[in-house]
Amino acid sequence: MSSVTTLKYTLQLADNVLIMGQRLAAWCGKGPILEQDIALTNISLDQIGQARSLYQYAATIVNNMPAADKAQLFNAPLLQEKINNKLSITEDDLAYLRDAWDFRNCLLVEQENGDWAYTVARSFFFDRFQYLLYTAMLKSTDGTLAAIAEKSLKEVQYHIKWASEWVIRLGDGTDISKEKMQHALQARWEYTGEMFTMNELEKEAYNIGLGVDVSQLQQTYQQQIETIVQEAGLQMPTAAWMQTGGKNGVHTEHLGYILAEMQYLQRAYPNMEW
Amino acid sequence: MHTQKKEKQKKQLKIIDMSNEHKEWPLWEVFIRSKAGLDHKHAGSLHAADAQMAIENARDVYTRRMEGISIWVVESKHIHASNPEEADAFFDPAQDKIYRHPTFYNLPDELKHM
Repeated sequence: MSSVTTLKYTLQLADNVLIMGQRLAAWCGKGPILEQDIALTNISLDQIGQARSLYQYAATIVNNMPAADKAQLFNAPLLQEKINNKLSITEDDLAYLRDAWDFRNCLLVEQENGDWAYTVARSFFFDRFQYLLYTAMLKSTDGTLAAIAEKSLKEVQYHIKWASEWVIRLGDGTDISKEKMQHALQARWEYTGEMFTMNELEKEAYNIGLGVDVSQLQQTYQQQIETIVQEAGLQMPTAAWMQTGGKNGVHTEHLGYILAEMQYLQRAYPNMEW
Repeated sequence: MHTQKKEKQKKQLKIIDMSNEHKEWPLWEVFIRSKAGLDHKHAGSLHAADAQMAIENARDVYTRRMEGISIWVVESKHIHASNPEEADAFFDPAQDKIYRHPTFYNLPDELKHM
């Protein structure tokens, strides 16, 4: 059954970067300045590229599974029917034919872009996590996941730099920019706890040497975030309650809208290419 | 020591006050070296709040398709150019001085790639 674990774990990793990438892509053509517009879409494309590698791997796992193992993998009828009809699935099927409850991304990445500070805060919190996650994943017993982590790390290093500098720039800027950045950090912080809360799948993946114990990353994460927040002259955000759910398929209302927009074309015109 | 570093950083990462006369970020000229051993070539220009951001913007705008391994930026206002109106006096006199080209030497046959 470990191939099911590998599949689900890979999908969770992929969903995070796909939804994050989709969110950032919405800035395309709307950035405050052309150069930053391009910077954001570059980051978006890095993340969608990571998602592609992961979905391709996931599709291979599904296609190589014995029919009995994959009879009930997904809730989404369209995708499950395709599998049950013994058709090969692709990375696109996994991105476009699953429904919200099949997605396992954390709640943070599906939160709205908001203003520039909100977008920066979300990336700041997510990219730091990704860096620690991928670094730990280099030791995965799964060679493909370790290789994807290694390739992605270089990209994530740049993403961290981009987000951190904007936190400092806005925090250390004008009174208005400081207030907006502080507000955004505070508003998004409650979605960070989920990234470090192990769900059943992650525990299982960790036990077989495949996945990362994310709970062990939390302390380093807090320290790294705090260093930048202090440098920016801002207050470390606090949360009385950390939101969870996305990693178990229970999402905020935002995910449905994201998927509706992202999947519309493939749903309306199956296998459409351009 | 720490405060010094912070002051420096503060200066580097200073945000441009958008409300005042600086409505736009300053313009920067970008020079890219495409591979080791070659010189930096002018690639274009872009807007950025400071040098650090200019280099990062240049990375995003001009090296997305593996165009470079090194980036220089200089604020456009620091570039001084020759005057187009003086172009005749500047450049025409060189036209009839073909002897300045090294085409009148007889090269030995052993010398290749010249």
